[in-house]
Parts: sequence; C-alpha cells; structure tokens
Amino acid sequence: MSPYFWSALGVALAVGMSILGAAWGIFITGSSLVGAAIRVPRITSKNLISVIFCEAVAIYGVIVAIILQTKIERVDPVDGVYDKYALASGYSIFGSGVTCGFANLVCGMCVGIVGSSCALSDAQNSTLFVKILVVEIFGSALGLFGVIIGIIMSGGVKWSAA
Amino acid sequence: MYGFEMMSFNIKDGFLEGVVRSHRTGMLTVADYNNLSQCETLEDIKLNLTSTDYGPYLVNEASPIYTATIVDRCTQKLVNDWNYMRTQADENLAMFMDYCTYGHMIDNVVLIVTGTLHERDVQELLDKCHPLGMFDSIATLAVAQNMRELYRLVLVDTPLAPYFSENLTHEDLDEMNIEIMRNTLYKAYLDDFAAFCQKLGSTTAEIMGDMLAFETDRRALNITLNSIGTELTRDDRKKLYSNFGLLYPHGHNELAMAEDFDQIRSAMEKVPAYSGIFSKLGYGESQMLDKLLYEEEVKKCVDCYEQQFHYGVFYAYMKLREQEIRNIMWVSECVAQDQKGRIADGIVYLF
Repeated sequence: MSPYFWSALGVALAVGMSILGAAWGIFITGSSLVGAAIRVPRITSKNLISVIFCEAVAIYGVIVAIILQTKIERVDPVDGVYDKYALASGYSIFGSGVTCGFANLVCGMCVGIVGSSCALSDAQNSTLFVKILVVEIFGSALGLFGVIIGIIMSGGVKWSAA
Repeated sequence: MYGFEMMSFNIKDGFLEGVVRSHRTGMLTVADYNNLSQCETLEDIKLNLTSTDYGPYLVNEASPIYTATIVDRCTQKLVNDWNYMRTQADENLAMFMDYCTYGHMIDNVVLIVTGTLHERDVQELLDKCHPLGMFDSIATLAVAQNMRELYRLVLVDTPLAPYFSENLTHEDLDEMNIEIMRNTLYKAYLDDFAAFCQKLGSTTAEIMGDMLAFETDRRALNITLNSIGTELTRDDRKKLYSNFGLLYPHGHNELAMAEDFDQIRSAMEKVPAYSGIFSKLGYGESQMLDKLLYEEEVKKCVDCYEQQFHYGVFYAYMKLREQEIRNIMWVSECVAQDQKGRIADGIVYLF
C-alpha cells in the first residue's frame, strides 16, 4: 500500500484518538462537577483544573499531528513501487500517530475519572483536593510519554536516499 | 465488565450522582444532634433545624409546633429531593429509583386495606400514607370488598401487580392475613429487586446485593420474632423468607424451626456477619435488637458511599434520610415529653 495511506492514517489517529480521549475525560469530570456544584459552589473554580488537564491531552494530539504532517514529503513511485525509504517513512509516521493517539486516549479517560472523584471529594472535604490532584498529574504524564515516543519515532523519517 | 462501568456511567447518571452525594453533605452530624439534644422546647428544635438543610421547610411553620409537623416537613424535603432526582433520571436509574419506593407502596396498600377494614375515613388514611409510595389510584383501594376486587380494580395497573399473583386465593381480610399479605408481597418485591440489580451488573449488583441481603435477613429475623407463639405454621413461615441473602437456604431452615429467642440467636450466629450484632446483646434480651439492626443498616449505607459509579448511593440516601427523620422524631418526642435523658438511647448516629 502507498506510504501516504499509512502516514495520513497516522496523522488522523494521532489527532482523532487524542481528542476522543480528551472529550471522554471532560464529560466524565464535567457531569460530576456540575452535579456536586449545585450545593457546594466553591468547588467549581478549583476543579476546572481537571478539565484543563483533559484539554491538554487534546492539545498534545494536535501538536503531534502537526509535527507528523510536516514530515510528509512527495516522492514518486518507480514502476508502481515506492522506494524502501518512502515505505519505512510511511510506517514510522503511522506508528508514531497510533502511539500518540492511544496513549492520549487512555490518559484522557484516566484524568477524567480521577477528576470526577476529585470534584466529589472536594465537595465533602476541601483538604482532599490537592492530594487527589497529585494523582491526576501522574495520570496526565501518561499522555506525555506517548507524545515523546511519537516524536522520537517520527524524527528519523527520510523519504528518499538523498 | 466489572470495574469498567466508570467509563460510561457518567454519560447518563453522572450529574445525579453528584447531586445525591452533595445531599449526603447536608445530613446531620453528631454536633447537630448534640445541639438538638440541648433544646428545651420544640421551638428551639425548630430554630436549630432551620440552620441545617431543613431550613427552608421549617422556617415558615407557625407556632405552636408539634412533633408530627416537624416530621412531616422533613419527610417533605426527602420527597422533594427524591422527585427532583427521579424526574431527571435516565432509563436504568429511573427504574432503580422506582424499585426503591415499592416497599413504601406496599406499606401504603396494607395501611389502607387495614384501615378500611376498621372503618376508618379514607382521607385520614391517605394522609398517613408515606408520600414516596403513592400512586394514582390509591384512594380506590378503600372501595374494594375483598382480595379479588382489590386486585382487579386497583392493583393490576400498579407496579405491584406481579407480586400479587400468589395472593389471589386469600379471600378473607382479617388481621393475621393482612400481615401475611404484607410479608408475602415484600418477599416477592425483594426477590424482584435483587434480580433487577443483578441484571444491572458489576458494581451496582455487588453493592445492592449486599444491602438487599441484609434487608431480607433482617425481615426474616423480624418475621420469626413476631411469629413465635402465634399460629403461623413452620411451612407458612418459611414461605415468607426470600430466596436470597446470607441466610438462604440453610439459615432459613433453622429459623423456621426456632421457637424462642435463644434458638433464633443460635441460628443467626452461624452467619459470621450477624454474630457481631448478637454478641452485643445479653442472653434473652431482645429490646436492643432493633437499634442494633438500624445501626448495621446505617453502617452499610455509609460504606456504600465509598465507591463511585453505581446506583447504590441512591438507595442508601433514601435509607439514611429516613433514619435521620426517625432520629429527629425521637429527639423531638423526648424533648416534648421532657425525657431528655433518654435521647441517647434512641438516636443512631449517621456519621
């Protein structure tokens, strides 16, 4: 298959799945936050941090997708067959996109679930907020791992022997 | 998948879970009960309660205020909160919340049927019904002359219809049979509720299974205690026990045989979960049992708030509020009758 198919798919997965994860996390956190905030309005401003962490996941996906798409170059197939460098580049951009996409998907869900628990516990006892926030920070590091590996994987792409 | 409902629970029920958990924040604590215990009159109690969550419901009550009014207003708060959540509940949660109220519905039906038997006024009976268990055609229960009419006219349209099928053979409505009817209905209801919770799966099934098992075992215990020395035969007694719970089936066999409190005690102590309760009672004592059972129920309800993303919190909320209203009623009665020394005997502290 054409390396352009793989690389385009990689870019799409990078941004698509990251945003899926971010959206998932935001709705999980948001619904609990709204429900708990009816009676305890003070939690709203602090707990928006959980929503921001989820949003950051989406931004990682966008950044990686932009980086990946700048690495796509035009090469022409010779007799219908692409150069081996082009094939390898296609695969690595695909792999990079999938890595980043999946990592951000689960990171977004994780931060969302912890954020929901954080909002509900903050409503009961405000000293718990910062402690649960630490858990969320560890969770959002997962997305960063995916981004780093994705960038490393796509760093060495070369589309032709030159 | 067990444990994975946290990914999709909030789609439909996240908001209401947040709402019910914030109601839990507003429940009375030990400090509040201490303040209430130090009140001299019912006016003071009303004043203290206005600074709690019950404020908007009590602040406009004219003096003189009675215990019944206080309890009424507090129950009204429970009903309003419940209806607020029920109207916004989605499919599964709505059914679950309805199931929680069927117990009250059964009590209301039995109340009206008994009252009609004793020629009481329908309006007075309707006022005494629990508001969470009302349904549209409840007033027409007073018209029915026997069980068949009762079923055919009124109950076939209510959610209680499937529980009545075994009762169609009972023609007379004297005192003994009414209690049997109540317990048979409750058995069918609890079996049905437990099956529904198991169908919901994962965390809800586990937590509700535990709480309903305790409820059904508690009812089995009370049925046994109340039927010692009456003409209820052992087989009839066994028919009133549910088909699940920690006592099923061997504990039920032993309870059916029991003839006095000590035999009941030895049957219950074989279950490790309940031996703790019975160890707190001395030999031959049964007065404290009610309070201990309430304490155990409250403990289970509070524990179920530890986990997120399940429906058990709604059931627990209803039970905890009712316990709180019972506590307020006890304190108000003690204060009204000037028996403040007995306040500590009757309160079950929630938190």
